[in-house]
Amino acid sequence: MPDRHPSKIVERLFKLMALGALVIALGTLTALLVDALLDGGGRLNWQFLTSFPSRKPEQAGIASALVGTIYLMILTAACALPIGVGAALYLEEYVGKHWLARVIEVNIANLAGVPSIIYGLLGLELFVRMMGLGRSLLAGALTMALLVLPIVIIATREALRTVPSSIREASYALGASRWQTIWHQVLPLALPGILTGSILALSRAIGEAAPLITMGALTYIAFLPDSLLAPFTALPIQIFNWVSRPQPGFHANAAAGIVVLLAVLLIMNGLAVYVRQRAQKRLYL
Amino acid sequence: MKRMTQVIMGAVVVSITQAAWAASLITADGSSTVYPITEAVAEEFQKQHRDVRVTVGISGTGGGFKKFCASETDLSNASRPIKPSEVELCGKNGITYIELPVAFDGLAVMVNPSNTWATNMTVKELRTLWEPAAQGTITRWSQIRPDWPDKEIHLFGPGVDSGTYDYFTEAVVGRGGASRGDYTSSEDDNVLVQGVATDPLALGFFGVAYYEANKDRLQLVAIDDENPANGNGPILPTYEHVAQGTYQPLARPIFIYVNRKSAERAEIQAFVGFYLTQGRPLVKEVGYISLPDKAYELALARFEQRRGGSVFGGTGAQVGVKIETLLAQH
Repeated sequence: MPDRHPSKIVERLFKLMALGALVIALGTLTALLVDALLDGGGRLNWQFLTSFPSRKPEQAGIASALVGTIYLMILTAACALPIGVGAALYLEEYVGKHWLARVIEVNIANLAGVPSIIYGLLGLELFVRMMGLGRSLLAGALTMALLVLPIVIIATREALRTVPSSIREASYALGASRWQTIWHQVLPLALPGILTGSILALSRAIGEAAPLITMGALTYIAFLPDSLLAPFTALPIQIFNWVSRPQPGFHANAAAGIVVLLAVLLIMNGLAVYVRQRAQKRLYL
Repeated sequence: MKRMTQVIMGAVVVSITQAAWAASLITADGSSTVYPITEAVAEEFQKQHRDVRVTVGISGTGGGFKKFCASETDLSNASRPIKPSEVELCGKNGITYIELPVAFDGLAVMVNPSNTWATNMTVKELRTLWEPAAQGTITRWSQIRPDWPDKEIHLFGPGVDSGTYDYFTEAVVGRGGASRGDYTSSEDDNVLVQGVATDPLALGFFGVAYYEANKDRLQLVAIDDENPANGNGPILPTYEHVAQGTYQPLARPIFIYVNRKSAERAEIQAFVGFYLTQGRPLVKEVGYISLPDKAYELALARFEQRRGGSVFGGTGAQVGVKIETLLAQH
C-alpha cells in the first residue's frame, strides 16, 4: 500500500519541482549549444581560428578577436585580483564590524548591479581620454577590471568569512602578527573560495560587448595586439558584428564564434576547478 | 611566484618597447551601414600595403563623429551627411574634414511573400502610413487603398537611433525623426527580416542588402514618387534603378569623412585613393550600389584638392539629391 501521508506527497512534489527547474535550466543551455553547433559546426576549423576578419564569410576568421579576448582576460585578472582581494582583506580583517564597513558593503553590492555600459562610459572618459591610454588593450582591461571588481570583493569577503575565527585566534596565541596570520593562515584557507568567485567574475566579463564598444574597442583588426597600447577587438564584438550582417554566411561564422567563446569559458572554468582542488589538497593533507 | 612576477614584468617591458616601432596605423570608426565597405577596402588595401594597419570600429554615425571631432580617428564612416551639432563640435576642436561619398544605399520597403495586393505604393501612401498622426488610426490595409483587404497591418522598422530611420522619415514624412511610434522596431535588421518573413500582414523597411540576402523570404514593394523626372510609375530598388537615381526618394548616398590633418599623411592618401578607385567593385560585392564613375572622379579630385566642408552645407540628410550634381556644384 502506497504511503499517503501528506508530508510524503509534499516531499515528492518538491523533488519533482526541483528536477523540473534543473531540466529547464539545462534544456535551455543544451538547446542553445546544439543550435550554435548546428549553425556553426561547419565553420569550426583551423582556418577559422587563425584567419583575420574578411568581407568573404568563408575566408573570415576570429584570430584577432580570440587573441584579444585572451589577452584582455589575463590583463583584467592581473588588474582586478590584487585590488579586489586587497580591498576585501582590508574590509574584513582590518575594519571588521565597523558601521562604515557596512555602508561600503552595501555600496559595493550596488556597484555589482550597475549596467555594464556605464563602466564603458567611465572607462572612455577616465582611461581613454583623461589618462591618455587611447582605445588600447590596457584601457579595455582596466575598464573590465572596474566591472568585475565589485564581484571579486564580495566573493573574497564571503571566502574570508568562512575561515573559522578559531584559526585566527590560534595564530595570534602563538605570537603571530596580524600580517603573518593573514598571509600564512587566512589567505590559504580562503583561496579556493576567492578563486571560484574571481573566475565567476571573469566569466561575466568575457561575454561583455557593450562596455568595450563604448570605450572604443574596434571591430575590424587584421593584426594581433603586440603591446599594451595596441588597438584590439574581442570575441563578443566580432560575434555581434557577424550576427547583424545580412549574409547567411556571416551568421554561420557568428555561431562558430559563440562555440569558440564557450570553449574559452569552459577552459577557464576547468582551470579554476583544477587550481582550486590543488589548493584544497595542499591544505588538508 | 617570484618567477611569475619576473615573467610578467618582462612581458610588460617588451610590449611597451615594441609599441615604439609599430607600423603606421589608420583608424576608422562610425556607421555600421558603411562598415562592410570600409572593412572590404581595408582588407584589400592591407594585402598591397603590408606595412600599414587599418582598424575599423562600429559606434554608429553619431558616435563616430564624436570620436572623429575629438581627433581620435582619421576617418569617420557616415550613413548621412554631418549634422550642425557635429559641425560645431568639430569646429570647436579645430578639426576640418573632407567629405567623400562612397556608395548608395537603397532603403527597401518589403512585405511578406504571401502578400498579393501590395506590389506598389506611392510616397504619399507611405506618408499616410508612417506619419505621427497615423499612430493608432491607420491600422488596416484597406485604409491605405480601399481595394486592399480589410486586415490589420503590422509595421516593422529600424530603431529611432539609426541613420536609416532618420533618412526614411526625412524622405517619407518630410521631417527627420518624425514617425508613428506603434511599430515593431529593432536595431538589428535581421530581426526585422525575420518579422516580415513570418508575418503575412507585415510591412517593413530596411537596407536593400538585407533583401538581397533573403530574397526567397521577402517581397519588394515598388515605390512611386509621382515625379516623372525620376522615372514614371512605381520603381523597384534594383541595382540599376538606385545607381541611375530613379529609385527616389529612398536611395541615399553614404560617406566617409577624412580628417584634413590626417590627409597630410602618405598612408592616408594611399588608402583614400585606393578606396575611391579600386574600392568601387568592392562596394557591389558587399551589397551596396556603386556611385556613377563621374562621382568617384569628382570625389577623388575633391580629396586631392583637400576641399573641406560638406556639400550638404552641414544641415544633415537631404532627400532626392543627385550626388554628382552636388559634387560638381562645389
